[in-house]
Amino acid sequence: MKISNQWLGQWVDHGLAVDALGHRLTMAGLELDAVTAVAQDFTGVVVAHVIAVDPHPDADKLRVCQVDDGSGEPVQVVCGAPNVHVGMRAPFARVGAVLPGDFKIKKAKLRGVPSFGMLCSARELGLSEAHEGLMSLPDEPAAGTDIRVLLGLDDQVLEVDLTPNRADCLSMAGVAREVATLTGRPLKVLEVPAVPAACEDVFPVRLEAAADCPRYAGRVIRGVNPAAPTPLWMQERLRRAGVRSLGPLVDVTNYVMLELGQPMHAFDLAVLDGAIVVRRARAGESLVLLDGQPLTLGGDDLVIADEGKLLALAGIMGGEASGVTDDTRDVFLESAHFVPTAVAGRARHHGLHTESSHRFERGVDPALPLRALERATQLLCEIAGGTPGPATVAEEASQVPVRAPITLRPARVSRLLGLALPPERMREILVALGCEVSGAGEAWQVTVPSFRFDLAIEEDLVEEIARVHGYDDLPSELPLVRPGITWLDEARVDPRRLRSRLCDLGYLEAITFSFVDEALEARFSPDTRPLKLANPLSSELAVMRTTLWPGLVKVARHNLNRQQTRVRLFETGLRFVPEGDALKQEKVVSGLICGALLPAQWGQAERPVDFFDLKGDVESLLALAGLDRRVSWRAARHPALHPGQSAELVLDGESLGWVGALNPALEAELDLEMPVFLFELSLDKVCRGRLPRFREQSRFPAIRRDLALLVDAALPAARVVEIIEGAGHEALKGVNLFDVYTGQGVPEGRKSLALGLILQDLSSTLTDEKVDEMIHGIVTKLQEEVGATLRA
Amino acid sequence: MESLSNLTDAALTAIRASADLRHLDELRVHYLGKKGVITEQLKSLGALPPEQRREAGQAINQAKQVVAEALEARREALELAAREARLAAETLDVTLPGRRQEPGGLHPVTLTIERIQALLEQLGFAVAEGPEVEDDYHNFEALNIPSHHPARAMHDTFYFDATTLLRTHTSPVQVRVMENQAPPLRIIAPGRVYRCDSDLTHSPMFHQVEGLVVDEQVTFAHLRGVLDAFLRAFFEQNDLKTRFRPSYFPFTEPSAEVDIQCVQCGGHGCRVCKQTGWLEVMGCGMVHPNVLGHVGIDSERYSGFAFGLGVERMAMLRYGVNDLRLFFDNDIRFLRQFV
Repeated sequence: MKISNQWLGQWVDHGLAVDALGHRLTMAGLELDAVTAVAQDFTGVVVAHVIAVDPHPDADKLRVCQVDDGSGEPVQVVCGAPNVHVGMRAPFARVGAVLPGDFKIKKAKLRGVPSFGMLCSARELGLSEAHEGLMSLPDEPAAGTDIRVLLGLDDQVLEVDLTPNRADCLSMAGVAREVATLTGRPLKVLEVPAVPAACEDVFPVRLEAAADCPRYAGRVIRGVNPAAPTPLWMQERLRRAGVRSLGPLVDVTNYVMLELGQPMHAFDLAVLDGAIVVRRARAGESLVLLDGQPLTLGGDDLVIADEGKLLALAGIMGGEASGVTDDTRDVFLESAHFVPTAVAGRARHHGLHTESSHRFERGVDPALPLRALERATQLLCEIAGGTPGPATVAEEASQVPVRAPITLRPARVSRLLGLALPPERMREILVALGCEVSGAGEAWQVTVPSFRFDLAIEEDLVEEIARVHGYDDLPSELPLVRPGITWLDEARVDPRRLRSRLCDLGYLEAITFSFVDEALEARFSPDTRPLKLANPLSSELAVMRTTLWPGLVKVARHNLNRQQTRVRLFETGLRFVPEGDALKQEKVVSGLICGALLPAQWGQAERPVDFFDLKGDVESLLALAGLDRRVSWRAARHPALHPGQSAELVLDGESLGWVGALNPALEAELDLEMPVFLFELSLDKVCRGRLPRFREQSRFPAIRRDLALLVDAALPAARVVEIIEGAGHEALKGVNLFDVYTGQGVPEGRKSLALGLILQDLSSTLTDEKVDEMIHGIVTKLQEEVGATLRA
Repeated sequence: MESLSNLTDAALTAIRASADLRHLDELRVHYLGKKGVITEQLKSLGALPPEQRREAGQAINQAKQVVAEALEARREALELAAREARLAAETLDVTLPGRRQEPGGLHPVTLTIERIQALLEQLGFAVAEGPEVEDDYHNFEALNIPSHHPARAMHDTFYFDATTLLRTHTSPVQVRVMENQAPPLRIIAPGRVYRCDSDLTHSPMFHQVEGLVVDEQVTFAHLRGVLDAFLRAFFEQNDLKTRFRPSYFPFTEPSAEVDIQCVQCGGHGCRVCKQTGWLEVMGCGMVHPNVLGHVGIDSERYSGFAFGLGVERMAMLRYGVNDLRLFFDNDIRFLRQFV
């Protein structure tokens, strides 16, 4: 909302400097966005009357003019504007004037003819972007009148960001009312006398959707002149409010909307057939709007129609065929109340947002239509002539919004604010806001003014009281907190600890978008149909990720392309996996490494990372919850991973996640040019540990026996360890795989595993015989189950 | 006895010349060993007349002692030299860098969230979470934003279908907490939120931290008190000025927007605060009775306040980051600045 300070001053003498006014508005919830001067600095420009125009002897496009600038002597000026003519009034920069941009006007000779000043266009004065020749002034102002005074250019515009609840401030009248309340100065209410009918012509109005439009004021005005100039003062006010001047018929309706807050519409009476009908559209009806856009409507749309056709989308925009044109002679003015629900959502549904819909969907004062109609009639007849018929009001009184009284308990106001404000002060504020307050004591009845659609419950009034009193003057205190103990789940590792472990392992945390490119997503999860956004910003951000890997891989590529050859990243966040009709939003921790294991350094040969570097990091994570001892790593295939370097982690029969090398095909597709290793684990599962449980410790010495076993080369080492641990020896305390060997001395197709077994008994020192017996049993079992033999 | 003194002199000369411990030991054996040349002298004593034996014996023993002492002294000297040579050989250039993995670090958004969390946990706030793919009810309806409310236009929502969307704020977590827990409540909900908007100052995904307190006797003054204390602590500035401006959120009444004195210029006006001296950091207010009503909390008995702050905004102010988009480029050189 753009507010001219000068215009505001005619409504309320607020007595504040612009900055102070802006601050006061901001602190009352009308946030000041900017203050701008309505015109740039210039001096020495006055109204001049062109009294003679002669051709220039040496230039076709220049004219030699004599102007009366009020100094008593005609002044000679050479002018190039095509629209200069005798009898015209235009701004004239005298010798010595300074125009915007510090442009000084001096005596000059143009093609040999002396020129004493410059006739100006609106653009040269910084008032418009338009380049239409000299600015044409109306006939009234006397020659020599300072342009800044004539146009009131020493003014500033306050641009205020209004929140959706303050529709009452979407007009000069509303802002002035607010300023009057805030400053305690009286509001100079605009007198709007009824315009007497000068003819009997009326046009009938029928309300067929009274719940949507309970009140419709209208009036016929015959014989208007659509070519009449809009007066300068009105043009200037429209310009300062950011509205273009489009001829008197449109300008007047726009002006009244800006002044009083009532959106209006002018129809060309000649186009109307029979009667105005306000009704819901029938499914499939169509209408071409003022801006040329064709719309197909449905039963939720409220329309203005006549007996034969649609005329306008009610409260949003008029139709092309029924609007006023340069040929319009007779108009029908509409000034109606559309309830917010009839407009809310409809404009957006059709991709429209207009000054009118903006106001109606937030709520326009239902008491305004007739007053606005009278004001518009008065202005229109003054500017464009015309003979007004009587104002008519079609109304369904029972449907007109009524502000029900609100019960207000002063004690509750104080309780909610934490401030014992005197009830009298509360009453004073409410009355200043236009409320009627009745009752006394503990509960008051407050009826709010018709223009305050946002005040419906007690708390709304609490805010009004606090707001006008000033939030800055409310107390600030820490609450007394009733202590309570939050239980701590000891078996659960805090995810923060997980993140800090990853940081310690050299990983940088990334945060990538939760929506990703659909094609890339499909490369990682071809078997999943990801959740698709209905309105994505771009195809690169179109589906919800089902794994964090696409995001991490893109980050790796971004960095590899920027000379970062060593990448270690992790991310925690949700993945969105559709499961039937449901959606699993699962928290995961994912990581990526590629490039050298360690930063380049003097004492260490550079080596690229491999699967076991990543596995070690993952085991280190698992160790936080003691899961490194409980999780099994199963060789398994994943569409995004290298078939020979991928493992699924399984705990108690449940998948915990995946670890592996990025599939080389994908690696090439993504131009990564080096092996990339990835992990993704369920965060909740990785954090879920067990409470430590004490076990008796042996006081007898431990014995170590080493085994060198020959097994099938393809047999997972973990299987051997599993068999040994599963042999059921309580004395077995640990199995340490300390060498894997193939080559000389090992038959083709076999491999040698060296294992250290730690044995210890709780109640005695183990004898050699006992140990031999256990080892023999284990070796036999290994032989039976996986064909292992002891290496000679 | 000429030969004994010659022998002694020769031994001492040889010992002095000896350059390593092995050679020195050979000298010891040669002179003082069981068959050493000086030891051998004792055997010649028998050939002497008895009255000379004593004197000659003493002379030999004295020579043995002199040589033994010389051997010992030389041994010590050689050992010391050897030790020193070894230390010299083992001397390192301690200014060379240590061998290590380079440490990683948290993203500045996470650092900021953890900092906010650590500060508010001191006031008894516990962390709550909610889904990011939300339903219309929790994101809007239950927060007093019915379907055609103009406030929806401010939200630029990403939709999946008519009723499923990406949450546009962390406020739906409020609703979910209140649905499942009875007052007193004191929670914060950090997390990702989404708006269909992308330019220099808007990212389609960003982070918020929501706060909610519901209890008996909760006042607007408490809201101010908590946020004043929090903001001073967050910026570690005891004289940080704050101001509360009336604003509008459908789910709070009264509502406020919180500004802090510009941390860049101290309130004098600069580019960061657009010359106003103030920076808007969050929205807040007293929980709207309709919101309490939706979850069955008696608004006559209980009142509450809620606030929501933008994490990226706080991180930018705290660390001086000047471009929102840097947070999501994840450039290693950027991330490393926060390690």
